[in-house]
Order: sequence, then structure tokens, then C-alpha cells
Amino acid sequence: MRVLRGAARASGNALAVALLAAAAPAAAEPPAGASSCSGCHAASAKVDTPVPRIFGRQPAEIIAAMQAFRSGEPPSTVMGRIAKGFSEDEIRAIAVWLAAQH
Amino acid sequence: MWTTRRAFLRGSAATASTALLPTPGLGQAKARVVVLGGGFAGASCARELQRAEPRLAVTLVEENPIYTACPFSNSVIAGLRDIAAQRFGYNALRAEGVAVVQDRASSVDQQRRLISLSSGSALGYDRLVVAPGIDIRWSALPGYDQAAAEVMPHAWKAGDQTLLLRRQLEEMADGGTVLISAPANPFRCPPGPYERASLIAYYLKTKKPRSKLIVLDAKDSFSKQRLFQAGWEQLYPGLLEWVSLSKGGKVTSVDPAIRTLVTDFASYKADVANVIPPQRAGHIAEIAGVADQTGWCPIDPVTFESRLQANIHVIGDAVIAGAMPKSAFAANAQAKVCAAAVTALLRNETPSPPKLINTCYSLVAPDYGISIAGVYHPVNGQLADVEGAGGVSPADAPPDFRALEANYAEAWFRTITAQTFG
Repeated sequence: MRVLRGAARASGNALAVALLAAAAPAAAEPPAGASSCSGCHAASAKVDTPVPRIFGRQPAEIIAAMQAFRSGEPPSTVMGRIAKGFSEDEIRAIAVWLAAQH
Repeated sequence: MWTTRRAFLRGSAATASTALLPTPGLGQAKARVVVLGGGFAGASCARELQRAEPRLAVTLVEENPIYTACPFSNSVIAGLRDIAAQRFGYNALRAEGVAVVQDRASSVDQQRRLISLSSGSALGYDRLVVAPGIDIRWSALPGYDQAAAEVMPHAWKAGDQTLLLRRQLEEMADGGTVLISAPANPFRCPPGPYERASLIAYYLKTKKPRSKLIVLDAKDSFSKQRLFQAGWEQLYPGLLEWVSLSKGGKVTSVDPAIRTLVTDFASYKADVANVIPPQRAGHIAEIAGVADQTGWCPIDPVTFESRLQANIHVIGDAVIAGAMPKSAFAANAQAKVCAAAVTALLRNETPSPPKLINTCYSLVAPDYGISIAGVYHPVNGQLADVEGAGGVSPADAPPDFRALEANYAEAWFRTITAQTFG
């Protein structure tokens, strides 16, 4: 969503449009909050961690998980506290962005 | 990336107009971003900039070839971890195209956008990111200078100081007294002194059980306080005592010759004394002119651009980040937001308002972890808590929950160091 708005905002600037067009989807600016996820959720498969992988997952899976965390179900350590900081639109944008990262 | 002043001036004339990220094939010089400081903030930002925009020329200036990480250094002090597990180099950044220069900045010319390095070289930039970390305010606590720190280590920058404190604990006889002096806010890693107290207490309980640990505090409250205190009552009764500000805990001077901490009410003689002293932004902040009279760095919460210097961004422990604490997680999150903002600005775009997350784990014992989390967004020019989000681990959690969080703490360290340095 934000990516589309960003493109529209920049449309007055031919140079910026050219750069955005040239950029691969994975290089799109992360939507609000998205870049923090990799602080705990490893982007690299090489990292040994029990924390679930979220990069490259289907957006619907991320959206469903975040909505569940926001409602307090299922039990969690930190995700219940973090998910409450994001709106449905923000969660959707993050999920779409995460799906494009791999 | 090296440039003489003359070459820099030629270069700046060629790229002076509009967007600084050239379209491919125009033969222009690459837009140049220099990052000063290679800790969690600086290294994360340099790497993220290079990944997000391969057409940037990104240079990281760091005087040490090896970075020694502070998170989990309390476990090193308590003899639970090898310091080698804290050490990271910059080869992964080099492999991704970041120019890593082992040097230190001696001055920054904000008008010419030119950095002078100690080696005598100069480095031009279109945008500069400074990640100064912290410096100790020597002698702000009377008696605590560099020489005193060799007797009563701060161990608040990881490395030799960490090992010195560990060695002193190992050499102390059973039945000794360990003192920790905790500073007033703000300082690096708000829960850090209390995790340190916990793990030193764990060491004493298991190795030197007749000993005593006293925390002398310049505050009446601290991060995750109820969780720490519940853990202390359960695990270290009679061994660990916390003396708050209002109970006379504020250390007003120290005497390294007799290893003594002085408050307004008493003198405490230590066998081992760990003085966590008052702090400020690291010296790079002063050189870049981005620290204010508080010693810390005011920033725009959308772009992390300095409020004091145009085209210079500040990230990590050195910044005044409102509700956001001075943590490695926060530094890494800020670095990624700053990298996106810098890239957008160089494309002549307007950076979008960000949200940032912080998650900090602390160990009360090796298998007993607790956490605090927060979500932050810009409000009235400062980073504020997103209401309704964040908070600490539940007070009534069962042991398996504490063990899970201890496990997540270690996983977090592996993840963030892999992302930053690996």
C-alpha cells in the first residue's frame, strides 16, 4: 500500500520514477514497522533460532498470525505486546513486504 | 572512496543538483554515504544502505578491526560465556560492497561535507550517518577517572573492562563484598545494571555463597523492576541487596585507593567494585557537532537527521530517542529506518513516517529470562510509545516461560549479530 503511495508521491520527479521502476520489488522501501522484524526473526536461513521464519511467507499467514496475537490468542512471549502496536492496514502492508523478501 | 580535497570539490560540483542517486549509465559519480562508528547502529546502517541501494558508495569508518558486543557481556563477567562469542569483524560488510576503513574521524566540515581522518586522508560525503555510541563522563562522579576504572571497572564498553571485572570476581575470596553503582538516567542499556547484578549474584551463589552483593542506585525505579525484584527474592534471598536513591543509594564519590564508594549517608568498602558511571554520546558526536548541552544528540524522528546539522544523521545509543531506550535492538531498528530515509532523500523522495520496535531480554539466571518490548512512532517531533502496545513479561509466568525467554534471548543475539556482522 505504502509502496504504491510512495510511487504516486514521487510521480512529479522523473528521475525518482525511473529509479523506483528500476528497483526490484525486494528493494522497495519497507512499510512502517517492517524493518524492525528482522531484529528477532532471522532473514538468513543460516541462523540457528527457534523464532519462526517470516521472510518469504504467504501474506495471509502473517496477517492471520498478527491478528491472533493482537487478540491475545495464541499465548506468546513478546508478539502479543508488539502486535497491538499495529493497525490492520499496517499489518497487511508488512505482510506483503515480508512475502517479497527472501 | 578515498579522495583528496580537490577531487572532492570536483565531485561535489558534478552532483550538486537535485537527486544524488544517478540513473544508471549517466556516468555520474555514485552518491556517497559515510557512516562513522561500527557498532550495532553503524554497522547495521552501512550494511542496510548497501543492500537497499547497490548504487550507493557506502564507507564505514571504524577504528577497531574487531567489535566487542555488550549484550551478553554480563554472562562473560559471570563466567558463563567466553568473550570470543562477543567478537565480530567487518568482512561480511566488505563482501557486500561496503568500504570499511580502519581509522577515526578527527574533524567534520559540515559546509564542505568533508571528513578529515586521523591518518591524514579526507573523505567526502553527500550524507553522513554518525553512530557514536557512548563515552564515560570521566570525573562526573568525583574520583572516577580512567585510572580509577582500572581498579573499579565500569565494564560498560565490552572488552578488557569486561575481562577485568570477571577476573576480580574470580580472584575474590568467598565471603567478600561486591558493590555495583548504578547511574541516573539516561544511560546505555537501562536494564543492564540489574541483569549484571543478577548474574553476579548467580556466580556468587554457585561459587562463593558466603559473599554479598549490594547495588547502590542513583534512582528509585528501573527497567523491569518488579520482575527483577521478584526473581531476586526467589533466587538470591539474603545475597543481593538493592539500595534505592531514597534509601541513600546514590554514590556521590569514589576512592579507588581504598576501593570505597561514598554516599551521603555511608561509605561502602568493596572487595570488588563495579562503577557504572554517568555517560554521554561518544566523541564522534562532538566532532560532528551533533550533541547538545545534555551531551546527547537531538534528531528528527522520521529521518534521524540531526536537529543541529543538516545532512548528518545520528543513530543508536547517542540519540535522544524519546520513549525508545538505548539498546542494541533499538540501535539496529533505528539504523534500518535511517538507511531507508537516507536512500529516499538521495532519491529526492520524502521519507514516510516510520514505526520502530524494541525488544530487550535480560537474564535473571541462565535459565530465567525476562523481556520488555515497545512500539514507537513519531509524535510532535519525538519518538513516543504507541499506546496499548508493549510492556514487560507477565509477573506470574511459570518457570517454563522464563526458560523460553532465556532461550529467545540467546536466539536474539545470534540473529541480530548475524544480521549486523555475519
